[in-house]
Amino acid sequence: MSVRATTATTWRIHTQLRHDHRTIGLLLGVPSVLMILLRYVINNPAGFDRFGPMLLGVFPLVVMFVVTSVATLRERTTGTLERLMTTPLAKLDLLAGYALAFGLTALIQVAVVAAISLTWLGLKLTGPLWALLVVAVLDAVLGMALGLFASAFARTEFQAVQFMPALILPQALLSGLVVPRGQMSGFLSALSDVLPMSYGVDAMQQVTQHTAVTAALLRDMLIIAGCVVLALAGGAATLRRRTP
Amino acid sequence: MPASVIEVRNLRVVRGRREVLHDLSFDVFRGSVTGLIGPSGCGKTTLMRAIVGVQLVGGGTISVLGHLAGNRALRRSVGYSTQDAAVYADLTVAENLRYFAALLRAPRPDVDRVIGELGLTDARGQLVSDLSGGQLHRASLAVALLGKPELLVLDEPTVGLDPALRQELWELFRGLAGRGLTLVVSSHVMDEAARCDRLLLMRDGHILADDTPAGLRAATGTPDLDEAFLRLVSARPATRA
Repeated sequence: MSVRATTATTWRIHTQLRHDHRTIGLLLGVPSVLMILLRYVINNPAGFDRFGPMLLGVFPLVVMFVVTSVATLRERTTGTLERLMTTPLAKLDLLAGYALAFGLTALIQVAVVAAISLTWLGLKLTGPLWALLVVAVLDAVLGMALGLFASAFARTEFQAVQFMPALILPQALLSGLVVPRGQMSGFLSALSDVLPMSYGVDAMQQVTQHTAVTAALLRDMLIIAGCVVLALAGGAATLRRRTP
Repeated sequence: MPASVIEVRNLRVVRGRREVLHDLSFDVFRGSVTGLIGPSGCGKTTLMRAIVGVQLVGGGTISVLGHLAGNRALRRSVGYSTQDAAVYADLTVAENLRYFAALLRAPRPDVDRVIGELGLTDARGQLVSDLSGGQLHRASLAVALLGKPELLVLDEPTVGLDPALRQELWELFRGLAGRGLTLVVSSHVMDEAARCDRLLLMRDGHILADDTPAGLRAATGTPDLDEAFLRLVSARPATRA
């Protein structure tokens, strides 16, 4: 593990993003516009207070999943990953560099969307703002880790993008976003229990409904962090120095 | 006898179900430019990947600078440039070099040095995606020269470059070898073979000849290396695994 290699990687990914103004615009603009749309489609404060925060957790996860899976696939197909593997860069440095870069990006993204939601859209946040940001960044890093892992199974960017509906939409359906988890049948509820996004959505609900940091919120955060470690370990296993 | 920088013994590589390198053994000596010459698909790239340690090998050993190929200790002393440019298209030339220099723990002025050596001064602030083919190739090559490599493994470094640039690059390679660096350079054009100290002529995963250009001319009785290659091929029918 090298701090210099990790920060260099984070700097590199951020510089790549900085050159790509349209992607930055989309990263910040799309969730903001969707949140505004949601507010006026629901058009009643209680309903928005229920759905708004959940989406604040889901956006960074989805966006970082797509961005990371395409970015890592590109590293694999253009040969830069192979080149990195001939340098002293440790796999852990690369993963940490990605996690930091996209974690920071997610923090900015969530800060913008949260600012719009909490002021203009009138979203009521009962819990502390820092908890909301922490959960959102955890969700983003989870999305990044899942995307990194998924990219190993895609050969083309078309396939990589398809993994988003394949892996993320079922999680969103089962996460309590559409129907509360308690109302699901036994099998679906069990399935929901093992999917990480359920905890991301639950954590956001905890933050918006309780003034203090609840035990359930801490448990959710720990579970998400555990899933991040698992997915990163899976991702690390797919980064091979030697390939056939 | 000069010291061996690379020792390959009984190397076999299997890709899919096909054996693509068959029982190769050879040495590469310090301070030399060794040309890997052969038609595309003969296994040059696979052999180079094996030497830098990113290729899964099916058998045999490769020792590089006294370590097994791919050893952690080699990652700062072996520079590798792939046939397709392996640089980030959405970074500028200088940003790419700065990143790789940081990973290699190369000093800051190194970035300017390699930019100068490869004639990229005018392109340093340009995004890689906006470069011409030749510039792109040189940008990728520049990464391999960062730091203090003792061995450079360059896959088709001059492909697609104009004759003047090719000439300049070969002068650079000769200069590097003069400073004691060892270079392994692949090519499929014979006029570059004549510029090497030693040639490994490859075909279908076999080494047909391992000799100096002069030795090869003498052995095949022709002054023309193209013709020499043809004579070697007809003397040994291609074997297929």
